Amino acid sequence: MSDVAIGQRRQPFALRFPSVMIFLAILALFTVGVTILSEGFGIGVISTSFIKTLGKTLCLCLVALAMDLVWGYCGILSLGHMAFFGLGGYAIGMWLMYARTEIIVLESLAAAELPPTPEEVSNGIATQIFGVVGSSEFPPIWAFAHSLPLQFAAVVIVPGLLALVFGWLAFRSRVTGVYLSILTQAMTLALSLHLFQNDSGLRGNNGLSGLQNLPGLDDVPQATVSLWFFWASALALGLGYVLCAWIVSGKFGSVIRAIRDDEARVRFLGYPVEAFKLVIFTLTAVIAGIAGALYYPQAGIINPAEIAPIASIYLAVWVAIGGRGRLYGAVIGAAFVSLVSTWFTGGQAPDINLGFYTISWVDWWTVLLGLSFVCVTLYAPKGIGGLIDLITDRKSPNRHGASLGPDQGSLREQEAEK
Amino acid sequence: MSTLLEVSGVSVSFDGFKAINNLSFQIAERELRAVIGPNGAGKTTFMDIITGKTKPDEGRVIYGDKSLSLLKMSESKIAQAGVGRKFQRPTVFEDQSVFDNLMMALKKTRGPLAVLFFKPSSEDNDKVAELAEQIGLSGALHRKSGELSHGQKQWLEIGMLLAQDPRLLLVDEPAAGMTPAEREHTTDILREAAKTRAVVVVEHDMEFVRRLNCKVTVLHEGSVLAEGSLDHVTKNEQVIEVYLGR
Amino acid sequence: MLRFVATFLACLTLALPISAQQADAPIQQLLQSQSDLIIESSRRTIGPAIDALANSGMPEAQVVLDKWQTREMWVNKETGLFVYAEEVDRDTLRIFDFADGSEIAEVPDDGFDQLKPNSGIRGLIGTALVQFQLSDPNPDTRQRALDAIERGAEESHLAALRASLPKEPDALILARKQRLERLLTIAYGATDAERIEAIQSFGGDLGVDVRAALNPLLAVRVEAAEALPADADIGRVLEPGSAALSRDDAYALLVAANLAKPRISVEEQRNALIANIADGQVAGIQVATLNSQEARDMAYAALAEQGTVTAVATEAEVDQRLSNHVFFERYVGAPPEVVFAAQAALNAIENKVAINQMFDLSLDALSLASIYFLAAIGLAITFGVMGVINMAHGEFIMMGAYTGYVVQLFIPDYTLSILVAIPLAFAVTFGAGVAMERLVIRWLYHRPLETLLATFGISIALQQIAKNIFGTQARPLTAPGWLDGSLVINDIVSISYIRIAIFVLALLFLALFLFVMNRTRLGLEVRAVTQNPRMAASMGINPDKIKMLTFGFGSGIAGIAGVAIGLYAKVTSEMGSDYIVQSFMTVVVGGVGNIWGTLLGATMVGFLQKGIEWFNPSNTLAAQTYMILFIILFIQFRPKGIIALKGRAAEA
Repeated sequence: MSDVAIGQRRQPFALRFPSVMIFLAILALFTVGVTILSEGFGIGVISTSFIKTLGKTLCLCLVALAMDLVWGYCGILSLGHMAFFGLGGYAIGMWLMYARTEIIVLESLAAAELPPTPEEVSNGIATQIFGVVGSSEFPPIWAFAHSLPLQFAAVVIVPGLLALVFGWLAFRSRVTGVYLSILTQAMTLALSLHLFQNDSGLRGNNGLSGLQNLPGLDDVPQATVSLWFFWASALALGLGYVLCAWIVSGKFGSVIRAIRDDEARVRFLGYPVEAFKLVIFTLTAVIAGIAGALYYPQAGIINPAEIAPIASIYLAVWVAIGGRGRLYGAVIGAAFVSLVSTWFTGGQAPDINLGFYTISWVDWWTVLLGLSFVCVTLYAPKGIGGLIDLITDRKSPNRHGASLGPDQGSLREQEAEK
Repeated sequence: MSTLLEVSGVSVSFDGFKAINNLSFQIAERELRAVIGPNGAGKTTFMDIITGKTKPDEGRVIYGDKSLSLLKMSESKIAQAGVGRKFQRPTVFEDQSVFDNLMMALKKTRGPLAVLFFKPSSEDNDKVAELAEQIGLSGALHRKSGELSHGQKQWLEIGMLLAQDPRLLLVDEPAAGMTPAEREHTTDILREAAKTRAVVVVEHDMEFVRRLNCKVTVLHEGSVLAEGSLDHVTKNEQVIEVYLGR
Repeated sequence: MLRFVATFLACLTLALPISAQQADAPIQQLLQSQSDLIIESSRRTIGPAIDALANSGMPEAQVVLDKWQTREMWVNKETGLFVYAEEVDRDTLRIFDFADGSEIAEVPDDGFDQLKPNSGIRGLIGTALVQFQLSDPNPDTRQRALDAIERGAEESHLAALRASLPKEPDALILARKQRLERLLTIAYGATDAERIEAIQSFGGDLGVDVRAALNPLLAVRVEAAEALPADADIGRVLEPGSAALSRDDAYALLVAANLAKPRISVEEQRNALIANIADGQVAGIQVATLNSQEARDMAYAALAEQGTVTAVATEAEVDQRLSNHVFFERYVGAPPEVVFAAQAALNAIENKVAINQMFDLSLDALSLASIYFLAAIGLAITFGVMGVINMAHGEFIMMGAYTGYVVQLFIPDYTLSILVAIPLAFAVTFGAGVAMERLVIRWLYHRPLETLLATFGISIALQQIAKNIFGTQARPLTAPGWLDGSLVINDIVSISYIRIAIFVLALLFLALFLFVMNRTRLGLEVRAVTQNPRMAASMGINPDKIKMLTFGFGSGIAGIAGVAIGLYAKVTSEMGSDYIVQSFMTVVVGGVGNIWGTLLGATMVGFLQKGIEWFNPSNTLAAQTYMILFIILFIQFRPKGIIALKGRAAEA
């Protein structure tokens, strides 16, 4: 009989995980649907700005996926993943800004009597970009900004390397739990404080702007560009989902969940826990970087405030509200909270008049979000994903009246409460 | 028989309290050994030192044919070198199935990349099925291990230890919370295991130790008080004094 | 003849109706002798006239200079005699005689010209006046004269100062004069020996004025020569391309000294090329190919060969010239011996300044440490003792600060309002803490990550609520008047009273914490509950109540810290998040669960931040960044903090 049981596990990946297929199908339908309704290629029901919002939301879903992998599956509550997200955005933003400014500078120099020398071009670009922070020289970190492939590489390498170094330091000294969270928060704070300085080489608190314009493609309307980014975001999310699902489905997923539940025990099984954590931490940082590189061209501007610790906290909020420890939960959480948040803070939600005081949602939405987060943590630890359990009828096991046993395993406690 | 593990002159103190005091201990390959001692004798700390959880202040721990010093190795390296440990409280991964638990424990390359691209072969599946048979959990292979009874979890953990195929097995109170029949079975498994590897059993229960029928080491206040057959040590004046009070 | 005399007399009588001016008084004689210079009134030529007056030794000269300076000196158009006058109305003057100060008459101003010295002359007059003021009977005038000398010393002051020294009755002013005399001797002393002696007399004096007097002596001029001269007044040798002397500056120096051909800037070169474009070519080179600096250099050289433009140095020539010359500093401020004495004195002073600055920095660091300690001590209770991670701790600090602000709205007396605010802030945050513990945290004991998240939620909500109520702009929390100002120890070391107060408050809190935890029933029960809740419960302690009270206590202390921090910084809805990470760092760095650890942690974080700021004072952001990085690294090597618990207790 054991052969039958084991045989079940030899099915193809897709069949073993129907949720992946369902997710991809929904994502594809959504993408096609939005394209048909768009201004750029369809009947124009959905405005370009809303396409951008949807595209950005897909990127947030991707970074939420990364967060779920590192937190929901591996148990590392990282408060640094939005920093990696921002670094990805900065990396691509540097090229966008450089290339666009280069075109402008070349145009203006073309009218001059003498053809421009490379130095003049470079000085012109530097003055354009860094004039705002009172500098006219390229900082060393812009050495590769002229090259799209190199900056693409930076999207992956910079967050990955930072995560690798930070993770190696933190994990090897066995910093875990809340300490690790605080440490990642400190890293995020340090990074954002650094970027806030004018001499950080990234334009201080001005950040990088004008990223929505693709260099050399000024003739292409934003309606079209926004759809390109929307498709790229959908593709990235789809690929990211499959990658994450593949990772968590195999023995690797088994080990990282084991690390989440009892790190010491995994160590005594002979697994190098630190290496596993480092792989997950770095991998998710890279995913976050890619998501950021897709997000910020749609947002148009990136500045250090986007990297501040609070952003990473919101990321944790999304994943918790969606339901951590399941991939679709993270996606649902990020999509739901960020869209609702856009709705409330965009002033579209009707104000509530209490007679003596009018609740304006632009002001009170954050309060509602904070409090609902507390409620989710307290009363619905499974988040929105828990609702899906109700639909799919995933019940707690029938024990046929057998005793729970003397130990205090976590699952047992939950069951005993029911 | 050659010596597998040699602990010599090991001491460790926590904030001035000497948990282990100049302890020396030896075990040969394919030997079964029981370690007994009253509460606070340092049994758990002793295991912590061997498995790398606690680093001693002084002393040496030499293991295996190549005379590796375990003090310089991390927990996972020690486990990979063939030291398996079963905790007092059963610690299995409750969120995962019995199959996953056993598959994780199966002796394979432990590096992250190897694990990431790991695909269970049919031998691996057969090995897991065989182990499940041995610990009586064939029927529960795809149940979450958190749903198992306490005794079943103990079995699962022993199964995971066997899957690791260690050369040195450290077992902390294996019989706690078991029925007499289950104890019988546990004794059999441990004695069977000791035919191919060294097994150290920490236990309170004298009956259980008697049934193991092996050499006994008595710990007291962090050092070895007596060593020999159970009958020999129970006649020792000091041992009687420690166990019955003075 | 008689008629003539009569007419003359009549005229005289008409002009000087009351009394005659003493035209032959010595002062008037002196003025007359300098009359041309005085009336011409040019800054370049007036010197001798002023000197003559100042050095005349006549007491009336001071009056003359005084009146001249204040534009009250007039000259009679006819007689050329000088008087001083008050304007009675637009057309009438009341004139006085310089000789004895007596009123002469009230006359129409038609017959007189007002002397209007320009500001340059008034400055010269002021300088000349100083010597009179230095000996003025009124001490205030003497002090003012000394102030004037301090503001702008001149060589002539030295003699005046020395002359006034023996007559000075006031000991304080005498000391000031003596010090000023030595300072002036440094600058204007007649002999080198005299100057050196004056320099050495200042030893390690920390006064800014001493450094201001010494620094000009060290003035240097950068010069170039083919070989280093052996003169005594040669200072450092400079390397072209170093921080002290850039390559461009070095070469410019050679050009200025006619030791090398001039260079041309990229911009000028470009303009020269553009000016010489003919038929799309420059000197036979296609314009389109001039897209690199090398090509442009070539085109320019070609132009120079044609003689259209002047030849300039090429890079190779520049390199060669630079390597053929040495660049050095020559002391121009004073003779070499004086320079060396000044250098030695300055070094001594700077060493002493550095020590004092270090001391001042330590005081700053100490007060910063007190602030971190205040912010962290509540956390040391909730996190350190109870193990509850409260991310809303910063918002409790904020609530305390806003409580102080609201109290000040109702009680205008700052002293009283602070006295009311402190217990009230404790009460408000105690209540908030207890409410939070009851509603949220007690459901999440032993689930630290979820506590962290839930308290984050509360933190976000509280911050936004504060923003909705008080707005985004910073609110003031004003300290009582007696906390204004600072304790000045010397020119370098000073500390504001408010910082001292915060330091004292931090010590009080430490004492309070130690007292509560070690000497009271509550502390005993808290320790019992945190170490073994079941055992404590079986001994009749109600763990729920104890945890609630402890959490409230920790939160209440955060509230009081908020009042203190509000006095020091601005009250905003985001002030909590400014401190939360540092507070956690403080607790973690110090070692969780140990108040002395928190103290050490706060001290370390404070000193570290100030220390880093010292290297780069303009950039506090960088200081914070590096501090956090340092702490991250520190935790790598001591994950359990400075004071680490060991053994089983640490693992529990």
